[in-house]
Amino acid sequence: MHSSEQTFELTVENLCVRAGGRLLVENACLGLRRGEFTALLGPNGAGKTSLLRGILGLTADTSGAVRLQGQKLAELDPAQRARKLSYLPQRRPLAWPSPVRDVVSLGRYAWGCAPGRLDAEDARAVDSAIAACDLRGLAGRRADTLSGGELARMHCARAFATEAPLLFADEPVASLDPRHRFRIMELIRGHVLAGAGALVVLHDVSLAARFADRLIWMKDGRVVADGSRSETLSAFRLGEIYGVRGRVEGDRVDLEGPL
Amino acid sequence: MTVRALLIPALALASLLAIFGALLLGSTPMELPRVLAALAGMAEVAERTVVWQIRLPRALAAFIVGLALGGSGAALQGMLRNPLAEPGVLGVSASAALGATFALYYGFIALSAWLLPVAAVTGALLATMLIAAAAIRTSSVVTLILIGVGLSSFAGAAMSLLMNLAPNPFSLADMINWLLGSVANRSFPDIAFSAPFIAIGLCILYVARKGLTALTLGDEAAAGVGLNLRRQRLLVVTGTGLATGGAVALAGTIGFVGIVTPHIVRPLVNHDPARSLIPSALLAGLILVLADIGVRLLPTEIELKLGVVAALFGAPAFVWIAMQRRTISAD
Repeated sequence: MHSSEQTFELTVENLCVRAGGRLLVENACLGLRRGEFTALLGPNGAGKTSLLRGILGLTADTSGAVRLQGQKLAELDPAQRARKLSYLPQRRPLAWPSPVRDVVSLGRYAWGCAPGRLDAEDARAVDSAIAACDLRGLAGRRADTLSGGELARMHCARAFATEAPLLFADEPVASLDPRHRFRIMELIRGHVLAGAGALVVLHDVSLAARFADRLIWMKDGRVVADGSRSETLSAFRLGEIYGVRGRVEGDRVDLEGPL
Repeated sequence: MTVRALLIPALALASLLAIFGALLLGSTPMELPRVLAALAGMAEVAERTVVWQIRLPRALAAFIVGLALGGSGAALQGMLRNPLAEPGVLGVSASAALGATFALYYGFIALSAWLLPVAAVTGALLATMLIAAAAIRTSSVVTLILIGVGLSSFAGAAMSLLMNLAPNPFSLADMINWLLGSVANRSFPDIAFSAPFIAIGLCILYVARKGLTALTLGDEAAAGVGLNLRRQRLLVVTGTGLATGGAVALAGTIGFVGIVTPHIVRPLVNHDPARSLIPSALLAGLILVLADIGVRLLPTEIELKLGVVAALFGAPAFVWIAMQRRTISAD
């Protein structure tokens, strides 16, 4: 049975995330498909990261239901979940100067793989992620000798190597130069074209408009709008969400200043 | 590749040779044939006593304590993602020593000899739990090390309080023994009471080793790749608590070996915390056996404490590692 365009791989119903007595995400409902690039937009503190973490089951105080192909995600153990959902967090500290290939191999952790002990399937997935992210020449390099752009590609490869049906990336292009922003977005788009679904937190509206098939807009812990660019991206939306004046023409977004 | 494959066998062989060397060397050197004969139980009674009752238990104690401290150091460094973590620096050893002295000088060990290692392990577990709890709240290295300094000071102060209040005579020399660490005059029964705790602790750490590699990515991404963070922390806390507690019950606090050996091993295993666990433990065992031979051979009037020698070499290494430290971060 092959899923139709409308079938969601993952559905989120009335997800609420609380921390320290505050409601960070309120009754979020959404669905994610394979082969769809979804951007999650919203100002700082809108609850984007909390929504991601809530979906992934990484938050302690969560209510609502997240279902993966109908099965409740809460019923899966961490490794089973990690094989289905790969996660690229906002902060990506590396404790040790590990070789790039070992870091990418950690994407296979949920498959029981450890760096230096990869079975054939793990090795294939790791090599293919390394190739996809154009890291072949850097595979043996120590991660502490990489530039910011190369590190970003390494972390992408780590997330891709899992070969999970869905990718969750939290600000994957923050602090990158314009060229590398395009580069990383193209890598994620390639991953989506290869069949995965992606939910990507972005602060760059024009980048989101250019690359994403679908935009989810958040403010104050709530999903305000969810739909294609033409349905949801407007000058009004920019004012509503970010409090900025802007012009929108097709996938071109021009921010002019605060409202 | 070959260096990594040979690392563990080479260290194991070197440790075996060092322990054997410890049987040959001492205040009265014994020649190889006589040591072999004594080992086989065939030499004179005096020589058998020297080998079986004095030198062998002492060398084994040094080796086992090294295994525990090296393994604990490597595991704590992996969990806290920090090359400065170690049972001594984090105050785990001092807390274990506090537990041990409490059991010793309030007469609990009259009830059962097992209460000494149990008390030391309890002290160590309390300290590792406190540090793991703090590590969840803060990722700051400085904070964790300051907590360790606080724990060590507190344990030292509490020990001197015990000294004043203890019903049994408690001399300054006793306290120094616990705080400086030594394996002099250890017997096989002493080892037998500590070794089970160390063995179980090290087994737990071995089970937890893969998770240490995942933690290279940080807590958040490690959870993302499928690591059960809570279980991982529980395993490392319990494993290091048992191993360090057992080591302290046997030899008192010996600092810095747990820092130095993972630092030496890491570049040889591609900086993988999982693969550094066993070599770090073996290397620490080897170093303590050699250091203890040195302590016995040094022509000093009063024998130097093993912990003093460890600190003399280890503390400068700690400072050097601290000064070299940097973190790699994408943001």
